[in-house]
Amino acid sequence: MQDMLRRYGLGLTVTMCLLVAFWLIMLVIVPNITLLEQSFRPYLPVVDIGGPRDTYSFDNYLKVFDGNVDKSLFGISFSIPVHVYTFGLTILYSMLVTVICFAMAYPLAYFMAKIVNPRSLPTLILLLFIPLWVSEVLRAFAWWIILAFKGPLNALLLAVGVIEDPIRWTNLGYTGVVIGLIYTYVLFMLFPIYNAIQSLDTNQIEAAEDLGAPWWKIHWKIVLPHSKPGIASGSVMVFMLSAGSLLVPSILGSTTSQWFTQTIDQWFKDALDWNTASAYAFILLLLCTVFVSVAMWLFKVKLSDIAK
Amino acid sequence: MHKFRQTLARAYTVLFLIFLLAPLVVMSGAAFNDSKLPSIVPWKGWTTMWFSEMIQDQRMMVAFANTLWVAVAVAVIAVIVGTAAAILINSTSGRARTALYGMMISTILIPGVVIGISTMILWTKMGGVLFGPEGKPWPFIPGLHLSVLGQVSYIAAMVMLLVLARLQSFDAGLEEAALDLGASHAQVMRRILLPHLYPAIGAGAAVAFFQSIENFNVTQFTRGGADTLTVYVFSKVRAGITPTINALAFLLIMVTLVLAVIYEINRRRRARVEAAREAEARRAEEAMLL
Repeated sequence: MQDMLRRYGLGLTVTMCLLVAFWLIMLVIVPNITLLEQSFRPYLPVVDIGGPRDTYSFDNYLKVFDGNVDKSLFGISFSIPVHVYTFGLTILYSMLVTVICFAMAYPLAYFMAKIVNPRSLPTLILLLFIPLWVSEVLRAFAWWIILAFKGPLNALLLAVGVIEDPIRWTNLGYTGVVIGLIYTYVLFMLFPIYNAIQSLDTNQIEAAEDLGAPWWKIHWKIVLPHSKPGIASGSVMVFMLSAGSLLVPSILGSTTSQWFTQTIDQWFKDALDWNTASAYAFILLLLCTVFVSVAMWLFKVKLSDIAK
Repeated sequence: MHKFRQTLARAYTVLFLIFLLAPLVVMSGAAFNDSKLPSIVPWKGWTTMWFSEMIQDQRMMVAFANTLWVAVAVAVIAVIVGTAAAILINSTSGRARTALYGMMISTILIPGVVIGISTMILWTKMGGVLFGPEGKPWPFIPGLHLSVLGQVSYIAAMVMLLVLARLQSFDAGLEEAALDLGASHAQVMRRILLPHLYPAIGAGAAVAFFQSIENFNVTQFTRGGADTLTVYVFSKVRAGITPTINALAFLLIMVTLVLAVIYEINRRRRARVEAAREAEARRAEEAMLL
């Protein structure tokens, strides 16, 4: 702090501190505290706000456990509150998306970092970036066209003869959502892993090869451990973006593929019950934070390694 | 065997690129299909009707203008706040630094839905406390200005990271020297520190601009009745659409492609010049040795 005062003087230092304070306090901390406070209050008509009925309670949170639905998974039937079910599936499918994104991105990241000719690498990266610049809503929309019942994917598969009848892709539960999320977020996995592998000394790989290690052992013992920070940060990004996505599930979802963010959206926009929406939003924030913390602890990475 | 694996890797890369780029081709193609549904099959003939319909779509044009306003505002505010944050972080140390840094970074990981709802609730509530529940004045009503604030809350962190990386290569001795020679603090900032940071600030502004254009979650909850392009396209997709959206997508992809090609040509030319210089240097060196 003294350092800053000496270099930039009182006026500039205070201005900079105020700017940062405005950001962190007014745009981050206070809104989240308000969200938390609001989530404990009942949804009341305007005249009752501040009145005797305006008391704190856990009612909004308990709404998560309302309304059981019967489901069966792996042949076991059970009854589960519909919002818990939605939340569980959102987490589960976000994890699935993360795993598939990793499986798709890792080979390409390795190829880009270690095999490809350095001269053609910038061109490859440029090509990869093009879909990233086209906005997310249009990327989801593109898959909406492709997966349509009379769309190009069915036409192609029919022409090749893989299937005999067109498939209703967007009615197959979460299929559309998973495909859309993978397409939208796979690059957020690719670039962190690429950065991590790039810093690996190629001599290590060559030495292992000379000593007769098979290719899978080189990856398992050398490349994967080295790229762990990249994998962790890519996974956290993809997971958080998927779980928090509202666009892709809304556009590519079927009638049976409710995403937790859609539930929040419905409380907020359709039911106009901002208090319950706050409670649900807070649940999402809390459990995602816990999930990410556990993942970071397991992989032994720090927050500062993520979002590089 | 090694050769085989290399070929396999190449094939995989090509497949990956097809997976990434084919949807864009399909989407562009549908803009020219003379069919009321946005698709490329069945192909009903070539048309440019959707482009003229797009230009006549007043709501889309308003949404487009809104998007630009929001993006520019977000870029300006996020750059100012993010740069200040980077400088502040850079001159603190120890526990304060860890705490500040952690708090800033964590904003990137907050789901957009949460940011949108919390921003909306805070500002409308604050208006209610200050002015009563009825007739709250601007800025305490929903609208695009709240979208700007909500977006800044996490985009500023991205700018901060970019500027902070650039700050690592800054030599603080230059500032000391300038101060010793009698420069004012403002001069030091404007003439020495900021010029060094300009590349990062420029990159930060670009990232902020594009992130803002992309944003849906925050905007969806804070926008009030106003549209941005993303929100508008979203509402069209849900409401059953005509290929005017494809016409829009085609134009956006074309702009992206043209910019990418210009960048690539530039890069190749620079690389060629570099290679020529290196070759020349090597020849000169060899001549010296002989």
